[in-house]
Amino acid sequence: MALFKTKQAVKYEKKHLLGIQDLSIPEIVHILNESQSFVELNRKENKKLSLLKGKTQINLFFESSTRTLSSFELAGKRLGADVMNMNVSNSAIKKGETLIDTAMTLNAMHPDILVIRHGDSGAANLLSRKVNCSVINAGDGWREHPTQALLDAMTIKMKIGKIEGLKIAICGDIMHSRVARSNIYLLTMMGAEVRVIAPSTLMPKDVSQFGVKVYTNMEDGLKNVDIIMMLRMQLERMDGSYIPSTREYYEFFALDYKKIKHAKDNALIMHPGPMNRGIEIDATLADDINRSIIVQQVEMGVAVRMACLKILMETQL
Amino acid sequence: MKSAIINARIIDTKNNIDETGGILINEKGLIESCGKKVTKDNIGDAKVYDCTNKLAIPGIVDGRVFAGEPGFEYKENYRTLSQAAISGGVTSVVTMPNTNPIIDNVSTFDFIKRRARDKSLIKIHSLASLTKNIEGNEITEFGLLKLNGAVGFTDGIKCVQKNDVMDKIFNYGKNQDALIVQFPQDNELSKNGVINESLIATKLGLKGIPDYAEHVIIERDLRLLSQYNSKYHISLLSSGKSLEIINEWKNKKLIFTTGVSINHLSLNENDIGEFKTFLKLSPPLRKEQDRINLIEGVKNGIIDIIVSDHKPEDEESKRLTFQKCATGASGIETFLSLALEQYHNGNLDLKTIIKCVTENPAKIFGINAGSLEKGMPADIAILDLNKPWVVKRENIQSKSKNTAIEDKKLQGKVEKTFLNGKLVFEI
Repeated sequence: MALFKTKQAVKYEKKHLLGIQDLSIPEIVHILNESQSFVELNRKENKKLSLLKGKTQINLFFESSTRTLSSFELAGKRLGADVMNMNVSNSAIKKGETLIDTAMTLNAMHPDILVIRHGDSGAANLLSRKVNCSVINAGDGWREHPTQALLDAMTIKMKIGKIEGLKIAICGDIMHSRVARSNIYLLTMMGAEVRVIAPSTLMPKDVSQFGVKVYTNMEDGLKNVDIIMMLRMQLERMDGSYIPSTREYYEFFALDYKKIKHAKDNALIMHPGPMNRGIEIDATLADDINRSIIVQQVEMGVAVRMACLKILMETQL
Repeated sequence: MKSAIINARIIDTKNNIDETGGILINEKGLIESCGKKVTKDNIGDAKVYDCTNKLAIPGIVDGRVFAGEPGFEYKENYRTLSQAAISGGVTSVVTMPNTNPIIDNVSTFDFIKRRARDKSLIKIHSLASLTKNIEGNEITEFGLLKLNGAVGFTDGIKCVQKNDVMDKIFNYGKNQDALIVQFPQDNELSKNGVINESLIATKLGLKGIPDYAEHVIIERDLRLLSQYNSKYHISLLSSGKSLEIINEWKNKKLIFTTGVSINHLSLNENDIGEFKTFLKLSPPLRKEQDRINLIEGVKNGIIDIIVSDHKPEDEESKRLTFQKCATGASGIETFLSLALEQYHNGNLDLKTIIKCVTENPAKIFGINAGSLEKGMPADIAILDLNKPWVVKRENIQSKSKNTAIEDKKLQGKVEKTFLNGKLVFEI
């Protein structure tokens, strides 16, 4: 049975997947429904399909990544595509070539799909205007990380059976987080009550206008929530004194057994990874199998990305 | 041979003229007489330009222009700047010292003065930098540079941060009667920022620059200015709230002047859309309410001048992500037409606009231009106030095509430009 009622779904007809902001609810439902079959496939012994046979997928990562890159690589390979990972530290970018030049060069090799991660917001949009193939945004600056939000939604739906009406708290460095933004768009669209919790120095301007409730302390923010989504402290993206110390941050904003008591008894913990154990989350809590669904997120990641690749290839036909 | 413009509507705000008449130009390119008394019957054998239904105003004095020489000739040079300028009715410009090298000493200043004399058609009036290499530490030779012809001092795209240095600038600047032009933006509050700090910045995932980055500098500078009463001009305002601060000090009888770019009167942060790099400006475009307040500021005279803030940038430096691309827009040739939009939509009256781009900048920078009285150089723009046209990239005269208003429909176009009495541009 489909995850969502199929009449709620609509075929995806866009060429690219650049952000949740561009998607409609029926499109999201369609992607998640498609993902479901891949979840089952990925648990089988033979995981290989040939849906993307003959297609070339280039993963162009300008920022280091372990899980997203390997997830996209595996997704492409399981669908039968030829997958190439472009390691940027070896590329001409370091020699001063611009993003557009790189795009034009890759474009001349006739890829069918480009998966891009870049430190600058809007990089995927820029690239998509310059190449002929489909582009998937695997994270651009602070702006969007759409496949992460889709896999998070998939994880929640698979685990709880619904998204609508859930109280979901996103906690941590909201300002520098593309995961937070994509999740805010997606989860509010799907009818969840989304809360954001962060010290005010890490809260982006006017974020309440996205339809979320804003909290600056964990006790109030976590009250009665079903899901706690912890974010990674983007220490490398901070260019100033946003918090006095990780020690102080841990005391007030990290998720531990004490703070989680404010949430519902069966509240689940999510984290996009990689985790800073002992900074934003208690190490033991992160591994608590009754609470943490972090591993499931990774599993869903491959399935959702397979669905995205398949859907985009279908629109090319 | 003399020449005469006749049957035009003449506006000269300095002399309070708004009447149908003519302008008689003598053999030396100076204005001999101007007004309704000049008709076809009393101009002798002068060459006649019949400008029936056209508007004649003093040539535009653009108070903030980046010329590209030296060091950035691939973006703009005096020749291309001149062509762009005259096609927009601009006959005098005040250029910024943000070149390579920085114009912070007499020999560099002298070099550009000669270049301008040899290569430029329009009149170039250069500002020198306030501090050496615009580093904000040591003040430049105000006295010597002024003797050489610097009309004022500014760090241009940078703002002097150190209180002590700014204090010395006001103090010594008073000594030398130097015009101090500040770009008001706190470096730390704007660090790495590329856009107004607002919901749009949050949505685009870009680091914002809060409007109070402007307020703190204006407040500091005006406080210091009140100690010395030097000549002080704020180059670009972007925030509506800045006007409240300015008003407070004006009410205390502190004397200074302010400017705004036409971009900030015409556009707001929403126009950036999905990362339009040509709209990455400094200071950033702010909210619609700021734009409305700035127009109000021009209307009630809190803002003295409107500038094009013409900043040509080559395509390469704009074909990058919003975060990395160059800041600024080319706009000297669309300057007046874009300003007229505020007249056509009823926000500003015609005389206010003309005053802010002719009489006032000429007065602030001490330039012999901006009016049509007897003895002035005959720098004149003739325009069809109602002519509709569309800004097209391919028609841009400037060497760089980074217009912020591509495909915009404008009303009102310069049809002739006279420079020292000579017709230098005609459609």
